[in-house]
Amino acid sequence: MSMPADAPARDATEVTTMTYRQAVLAALDDEFAADPTVLMMGEDIANSGGVFKTNEGLVERYGPERVRNTPICENTFIGLALGMAVTGMRPIVEVMFSDFLPTAADAIVNELPKFRFMSGGQCAAPVTVRSIGGATGRFGTQHSATGESWYLQLPGLRIAAAATPQSAYGLLRAAIRDDNPSLVIEHKGLYARKGEVVRGDAGIAEIGRAEILRPGSDLTVAATLLMADRALAAAEQLAEEGLEIEVIDLRWLRPFDIETCAESVGRTGKLVVAEEQYHHGGWGASLISQLTMQGTRWQAPPRAVSLPPEMLIPYSPPLEDTIVPSTELIASTIREAARTSGGAG
Amino acid sequence: MTQDVAVDISLGWWRKMVEIRLFEEKVQELFMQGLVQGTTHLCQGQEAVCVGAIGAMAPEDYLTITYRGHGHALARGMAMEPAFAELMGRSTGCCGGVGGSMHLTDFSRGLIGAFAIVGAGLPVAVGAAMSAKLRGTDSVALTFFGDGGANIGTFHEALNMAAVWKAPVVFIIENNLYGEFTPVRDSTPIDDLADRAVGYGIPGRIVDGQDIGAMHSETLAAIERARAGDGPTLIEAKTYRFRGHSKSDPAKYRPEGELERWKERDPISLLGDKLAAAGHLSPDDQKAIWAETQMEVDRAAEQAASAPYPALEEIEDYVYAS
Repeated sequence: MSMPADAPARDATEVTTMTYRQAVLAALDDEFAADPTVLMMGEDIANSGGVFKTNEGLVERYGPERVRNTPICENTFIGLALGMAVTGMRPIVEVMFSDFLPTAADAIVNELPKFRFMSGGQCAAPVTVRSIGGATGRFGTQHSATGESWYLQLPGLRIAAAATPQSAYGLLRAAIRDDNPSLVIEHKGLYARKGEVVRGDAGIAEIGRAEILRPGSDLTVAATLLMADRALAAAEQLAEEGLEIEVIDLRWLRPFDIETCAESVGRTGKLVVAEEQYHHGGWGASLISQLTMQGTRWQAPPRAVSLPPEMLIPYSPPLEDTIVPSTELIASTIREAARTSGGAG
Repeated sequence: MTQDVAVDISLGWWRKMVEIRLFEEKVQELFMQGLVQGTTHLCQGQEAVCVGAIGAMAPEDYLTITYRGHGHALARGMAMEPAFAELMGRSTGCCGGVGGSMHLTDFSRGLIGAFAIVGAGLPVAVGAAMSAKLRGTDSVALTFFGDGGANIGTFHEALNMAAVWKAPVVFIIENNLYGEFTPVRDSTPIDDLADRAVGYGIPGRIVDGQDIGAMHSETLAAIERARAGDGPTLIEAKTYRFRGHSKSDPAKYRPEGELERWKERDPISLLGDKLAAAGHLSPDDQKAIWAETQMEVDRAAEQAASAPYPALEEIEDYVYAS
């Protein structure tokens, strides 16, 4: 196994417009080129660029030893990645749909986050799990979850969620380079989204730092993934009505950037969390709880736009569109909250 | 079988098995004193499996073990004091006291994981083996697990992946006839678990786990096969645990006479008798080694008990690598 002679040097910063999908590929490409111990495993990841075409050209460039198709056995190939990681490799695994993550629950819950700890710090476990999640693709009840909050109860496991092409690039590179296990969620509904990407080391995200996508003084929206994208669109609509909405893309759910959120809410006094998941037990509920416990002076009760609490994601296209929070729903929730005055206390 | 190895190697095995036996006796004692808490899983009766198999490993090879892993850790060269200290939750333990009895780990000896989740060590061992292969080293990995582990998904998935990728790994089932309290026969429809190798296109070997020479030579052959690039082997060691599953299990589910029959095939006596018959280790010599080892065990336990518990700040660094 050796680095290809023609590996491009990527330390030079360049800014290009690319899709979220291309940004994922660029991140992988740059890390494969930078570090010969990086490899990737998963189901059909090498064939035809992967199921979502995020891996195009990787097997041709880096060879089948480093871009490896696996049998269908997430729990085992993530466990395998752990064994590789603690013995000198830096593996990435692709999980084709976030809905498959629970088949690897032992590896994700009991092994990855705990391995270094239980050994008394004898090892590091730099495994990156790329998980492709999210609804709106008409994939039905078992292929549409984001899974972003399922593994929030695990110190030791970093969790990132990419909302923009820049995040898709920067979060993935940061996760791969970090010596700790990471779960990086990509949203399949965003793969075609275009944006400017700072490529090169300057584009690598800071771990645990949220990004303010749009500044505003009237209300804060905290969001991830597709909901951040939609919240931004909602904020732009509302600007025409004279409302200045601050949109925070959380980027990392662990470590969680409570400071950025607290600072923002300290200015606006109002919060809407926009999440493509259930509110109960998710990061949105946790964020509101933490801010409240910190003594945030709410000028209006915080609100959540999330999946209906007792409904699952259906296939039927118009129904899926009803279930997953739309830009309009986010906008109307923000509008109501922004016009409410007098908080919870 | 033992005539195939040098006498001093056999003597070393015998001593190591005695050490493990007495170490675990001491663990029982420490448990009664409250110095070891929670639970422990002893391998008494199975010592030949770990000592014989691990004796076939090279220093740079990897292994993963289970919650029943005291014997394996000692067989791989871990000193008794850090092992005792780990069981007592002290900062001088091999894992700084955070792991305990079920997680004896020592990266400096290639002991990369001890798992309290049945079946979880197999994928990790296959990963270490693949990593060794991809990095161009000739290290192999061994992974030990029980008969109960042969029924969980990772067993099948790991054997499959290892076979498809020709991973240099050796899977060792320690079939001690019971998965916790349940006889193998009640949970598994075949008598020989090694037969499952057929489904993955790899060799499956059955070994008398009480015969350390057989255990050693069979494992050595599998390791050599793996090192030569010919892929994994499944070894089933037929063995028996003299104690219950864990601290709280008196093993009343055993049929009458079964334990006694197996005790006649105590691996320490079997090898001891052979060595005595060949004139290498007289019964008096054996007695002296038992006594000497007992003193070493007592001393190690005493030293371990004098070490402090870890401070919370100390273990905070264990969560994240920086």
